[in-house]
Amino acid sequence: MTLVRPDARAATLVVRGAHVVDPREGVERVLDVVVEDGRITAVGKGVTVPEGAEVVDGAGRHLMPAFVDPHVHLRVPGQEHKEDLETGTRAAAAGGFCAVVAMPNTEPVVDSAPVLRALRDAAERDARVPVAFMASITRGLRGAELTEMAELRSEGAIGFTDDGKPVVAAGVLRKALQYQRLAGGLLALHEEDPSLSGRGAMHEGEVSALLGVAGIPSVSESTMVARDCALAGYEGARIHLQHLSCAESVDAVAAAKDRGVQVSCEVSPHHLCLTDEAVRGLDTRMKMNPPLRTEADRQALIDGLRSGVIDCIATDHAPHARDEKEVPFEQAPMGTTGLETAFAAVYTHLVEPGVLDLGLVVDRMTSGGEPLGIPAPRVRPGEEANLVLADLGAEWEVGEHGYESRSENCCFAGQRLRGRVLLTIAAGAVAYRERAFAVVRA
Amino acid sequence: MRHLLSIEDLDRAAIERICDRAASFAEVADREIKKVPALRGRTVLNLFYEASTRTRSSFELAAKRLSADVVNFAASGSSVEKGESLKDTVLTLNAHKPDAIVIRTPWAGAAALVAKWTPAAIVNAGDGKHEHPTQALLDVHTLRQRVGGLDGLNIWIVGDVLHSRVARSNILAFQKMGAQVTVCGPPTLIPRGVEALGCDVRFTLDDLPEADVVYALRMQHERMDDAFVPTLREYANEYQINGRRLHPRQVLMHPGPVNRGVELSGEVVDSPQAVITAQVEAGVVVRMAVLYEVLASARTGEPVHEPAPA
Repeated sequence: MTLVRPDARAATLVVRGAHVVDPREGVERVLDVVVEDGRITAVGKGVTVPEGAEVVDGAGRHLMPAFVDPHVHLRVPGQEHKEDLETGTRAAAAGGFCAVVAMPNTEPVVDSAPVLRALRDAAERDARVPVAFMASITRGLRGAELTEMAELRSEGAIGFTDDGKPVVAAGVLRKALQYQRLAGGLLALHEEDPSLSGRGAMHEGEVSALLGVAGIPSVSESTMVARDCALAGYEGARIHLQHLSCAESVDAVAAAKDRGVQVSCEVSPHHLCLTDEAVRGLDTRMKMNPPLRTEADRQALIDGLRSGVIDCIATDHAPHARDEKEVPFEQAPMGTTGLETAFAAVYTHLVEPGVLDLGLVVDRMTSGGEPLGIPAPRVRPGEEANLVLADLGAEWEVGEHGYESRSENCCFAGQRLRGRVLLTIAAGAVAYRERAFAVVRA
Repeated sequence: MRHLLSIEDLDRAAIERICDRAASFAEVADREIKKVPALRGRTVLNLFYEASTRTRSSFELAAKRLSADVVNFAASGSSVEKGESLKDTVLTLNAHKPDAIVIRTPWAGAAALVAKWTPAAIVNAGDGKHEHPTQALLDVHTLRQRVGGLDGLNIWIVGDVLHSRVARSNILAFQKMGAQVTVCGPPTLIPRGVEALGCDVRFTLDDLPEADVVYALRMQHERMDDAFVPTLREYANEYQINGRRLHPRQVLMHPGPVNRGVELSGEVVDSPQAVITAQVEAGVVVRMAVLYEVLASARTGEPVHEPAPA
């Protein structure tokens, strides 16, 4: 099993009278859910409360399958001043996630079995929710020689990515795609042509023209999306495209899917909710790669998510220390945190105004592990309990009480969002409980 | 006015107020004792992260003519080269209790950022490729002196607009003063989306005769490394302002330093249409007016620039 599961006490509890939303089960109504020893044993009305079970009042609240994030940066090893396995997975639990997939662009890079082994051992000790680890496609993310992918797979690498960087040379990526037949494992790709991005620090467009900040054109991404879809189709390989940001990329993926290319892709909450207008004040929390793009791009991403061209929502949670972000915009590192705000941001910006259905959002926030072999959690008897209880009406200000993450570089900071996670059950254990959360009967 | 961070923050009235005050300071330069006591006892700190002789000495002279004490802090040879962050540098310099900090950096938005870290008034002397507001103010002042007002003027800004903070500040300032602005240059050096600033875009000098004012930008040799234009020779063939292209009724401006034979031919630099030395002269009086504005006339109910929330 590639997911490292922390050792935690299996929960026994009943969530009574919550509005259960599970699009895969076709459920959207008020029900009781019983969890015994970490497994869902009953979903229905007037259930019997098992001996010693905690009863949670779900009235007026929503109970959903917990979320899965295929794209987070936990910064271990080497950058523990930004985040570590405990703080990162605590942030995940606080955001309603029951599993996350960590990227290998650490120091050292996760490009060899010993590094991966040590990381998985550490996760067993420190993680609050199950974690899987990607290894890099190329050694040291240098884009030249492949890693020992077969050995890394047998050590538990869930897939491979050079995330943070593209695999620039098509010939190198092609070899990795061919090698997938031996090693298996999904190849997740950060799509960017560095010769087009140059020294760009934000989306190339009207706002960058006004600010005099070098731009990253959207074709920097979409040309690589098209190229890599062509390569994957030619080799019959499976690829996953990370953090799509622009309309042209959505079009390129749609065309590839029509041709039968085995490609899945993700979009981040920030690309769904914000545009380059947010960069006008040169707030470094708005600096990420790929950059926030135009309103037309945002709409194309929303449409893509709705139609299924885009398979899932992934946060690309990218913590950076305060002093690293407290610099002029062009000097700042790219990235925003996202685990603690993902659901609330998407709910507030897209579900409440009626742009997307809650059921669809739940589907896309739980499906992120599927291309990697992590099944989407379900609210169904017999399943391991992976649940999130949220109060959709509760309004909160992002950052008002700090973060579970070690870092605070959140692009939604200061926004008033609705949709507050009260309780997260991950792999059958209570992983997060909101501070003011009331227990009816223990 | 608390700070001068960008032209974007100013309205026409503020620009006119600064230029009017600059005009009133002009006679100081002609006195035998070139000093007024307006800022006596105030400390102005020049914090320059980029090499600059003209702008820095222009600010220094402006502060001294207003009787302020001036400290120059150049990034080279200082703690900055030892890896100190901008924030730490500013917090350290705060200990000297400057009343104003004149700052130039290679980073967009740095002046606005510094304004959050110090109680001093901040004057942006160039932040990356973003803005150079005092250059735009002195250019407006020069034009007002030369042709009266800018209303209805057709101003062409020619050259490397992509890398030019002067261009961005001037597009905004000239338009606020009622002029119509056209930018012209090689397609590789015109930023995508620049029309959003309200200017027209041309890629040839064919319609240059329609301009009342031709503002040539400096063509930096460094740009050759990134192959934005094939050669300076080709650039000059297409975009050089020379005697053949410049009409006697047109006014020629340049922010300096000029590359003779590249963006301007020698003959036009020395022609009566050129106001390049008048711009340099305007630099001192306009910067006097700006320092006066942020230090002596601060908190008089004029619009205050509120920095964006942290």
